[in-house]
Amino acid sequence: MITDAPQIITSRFDKADSHTLAGYEATGGYQALRKALSMGPAAVADEVKTATLLGRGGAGFPAGVKWGLAPENVWPRYLVVNGDESEPGTYKDRLLMERDPHQLIEGVLLASYAVGCGQAFLYVRGEMALAQERIATALNDAYAAGYIGKNILGSDFSVDVVLTWGAGAYIVGEETALIESLEGNRGMPRLKPPFFPAAKGLYMQPTIVNNVETLSNLPWIVTNGGEAFAALGAETSRGTRMFAVSGHVKNPGVFEVEYGVTTFRDLIFAPQYAGGILGDRALKAFIPGGASAPWFFDEHLDLPLEKVTVDRAGSMLGSGAVIVMDETTDAVKACLRVVRFFARESCGKCTPCREGTTWLQNILQRIQDGYGRPTDLDLLMDVSDNISPGITWPPKQTTICPLGPSAVSPIASAMQRFRPEFEARIAQAEEARHSVPVNFTKASSHG
Amino acid sequence: MARLTNDNIELAREIIGRYPRPKSALIPLLHLAQEQDGHLTDEAMAHIGELVGVSSAEVLGTASFYEMFKMEPVGRYMVNICTNISCQLRGGEELLAHAEKTLGIRPGQTTADGLFTLEDVECIAACTEAPCLQVNYRYEHRISNEGFDQLVSDLRDGRRSDIPSHGVLAEIRQHIPADRRAGNVSPEDTATPDWIAAAGEGGK
Repeated sequence: MITDAPQIITSRFDKADSHTLAGYEATGGYQALRKALSMGPAAVADEVKTATLLGRGGAGFPAGVKWGLAPENVWPRYLVVNGDESEPGTYKDRLLMERDPHQLIEGVLLASYAVGCGQAFLYVRGEMALAQERIATALNDAYAAGYIGKNILGSDFSVDVVLTWGAGAYIVGEETALIESLEGNRGMPRLKPPFFPAAKGLYMQPTIVNNVETLSNLPWIVTNGGEAFAALGAETSRGTRMFAVSGHVKNPGVFEVEYGVTTFRDLIFAPQYAGGILGDRALKAFIPGGASAPWFFDEHLDLPLEKVTVDRAGSMLGSGAVIVMDETTDAVKACLRVVRFFARESCGKCTPCREGTTWLQNILQRIQDGYGRPTDLDLLMDVSDNISPGITWPPKQTTICPLGPSAVSPIASAMQRFRPEFEARIAQAEEARHSVPVNFTKASSHG
Repeated sequence: MARLTNDNIELAREIIGRYPRPKSALIPLLHLAQEQDGHLTDEAMAHIGELVGVSSAEVLGTASFYEMFKMEPVGRYMVNICTNISCQLRGGEELLAHAEKTLGIRPGQTTADGLFTLEDVECIAACTEAPCLQVNYRYEHRISNEGFDQLVSDLRDGRRSDIPSHGVLAEIRQHIPADRRAGNVSPEDTATPDWIAAAGEGGK
């Protein structure tokens, strides 16, 4: 269903000065901060809990609940903003950082106030130079205007917001790896338990790690109230959410839609969104939530963009990245490309992932190149099973973090639906191997 | 150039001062060194180790994990073409093949004139603008073969002053004014924050 829900986080995107302090203040900016300071920290946290704002980074954990996981009366607490957007297909946090950095900063301030964080670190992906510049400018201006720093707007609330940035590593989007990176280390995930960031995070202190889009919702929630937010969307997916629709569609784009009620069909085919499949061709498959998500097909088009529904159907909304593949797509090639990504980005800490993803890539590459063997399909499933036992959904894992199991998603999907394509490729290879080369007969006749 | 210049030492001290523990400044400082020299030299890494109080081996240990840090000289322009799934579906691999032909190099190589290094990269978060690329981490969206050739000739002829040389990331830096600063929160500082204590909420 297409609704006329308000634009909560993209409302300023069409304004040329949306990234400036003047532009932000002229459109209600920093009013939520003033309101929050008069409400008190617990009341702000309650509004967010009422809103049931699900984390927008991938896992979809309710932000209000996450805040509440910090052990009572343990100080200091830190806030870490995850701006390391790099899940293939995902394009939203960069837009929010580039086009409305003050909205994010106000969200950071509201979260710090509610949780009791005296220092916040805004970690931006290394490759995003413009986002870093826009945030640096916004922070400098907001400090000068008294919105950040010591005794904010004359209150007893003080927080420093520090811009920090990465240097190219997908795995750092995983929250414990991000914390390692922020401590100056190689970005390798920590074992959970015991290192749940809310209990033992940055410098082993309680740390709340929130995604950019999640935090960007806070000014609206505090201004309009948690109930107004919860009135939008469906039972388990409230508010609005940004989805990037890429691949074989007429009008690829990033759209903020009402969460939980808009369907994949709306998003992919409606003229105001992606506008249908390129060249009006048939749909082959689509990835509903970034490269880590199992693929969906025609029969899933009428599912709403709703967390629990999509989870139950065997995939996930992940980071809000819908990647559309039309009937001309080579399933082997697409599968190989996604697996290759995970093989390249494996941090190397856990053996099943480090070795397994590389083997999966090599096997798929040889099938793609016409050297596949009849035993390769079973081998793919066997290696996959060693990374993610049983190849189930949600996945089990023999690894510390979900990167390894993510490489299994495209294989399980493609093999379940397009196995004949893999078999045909291998049969061709077999035929080539067993046929007598033309030059051979010539050579023997000249013997 | 090898060790950080005096100006950069000053910047480095300012950056280190924003973190409760100096080692947290490591990645930003490595970017600073790369901005100075175009790549990371052993001397710069050793110097950074001195500044944050870790060994040069630890600095290298961190630096070598991250793709953006280059231990060898690279071209003035790092051309990163995305071939991940969203771009692959919209011609990213064909664009890469065209770029190889235009520049006469393969991914990972640098042109003989030292101007261009080509790389085949993973998703750079411009998926709805495929095929896309970055030159020194500045975006080019929905780029055609002709558009690519134009970009290369513009860079060659110095018509893209908006793209600084490799190593320069953000050209605007954060500066926290001393009179507005709240100050670092040390992990050892176990006091209840003022506004929480004042609200009498005990940190629920």
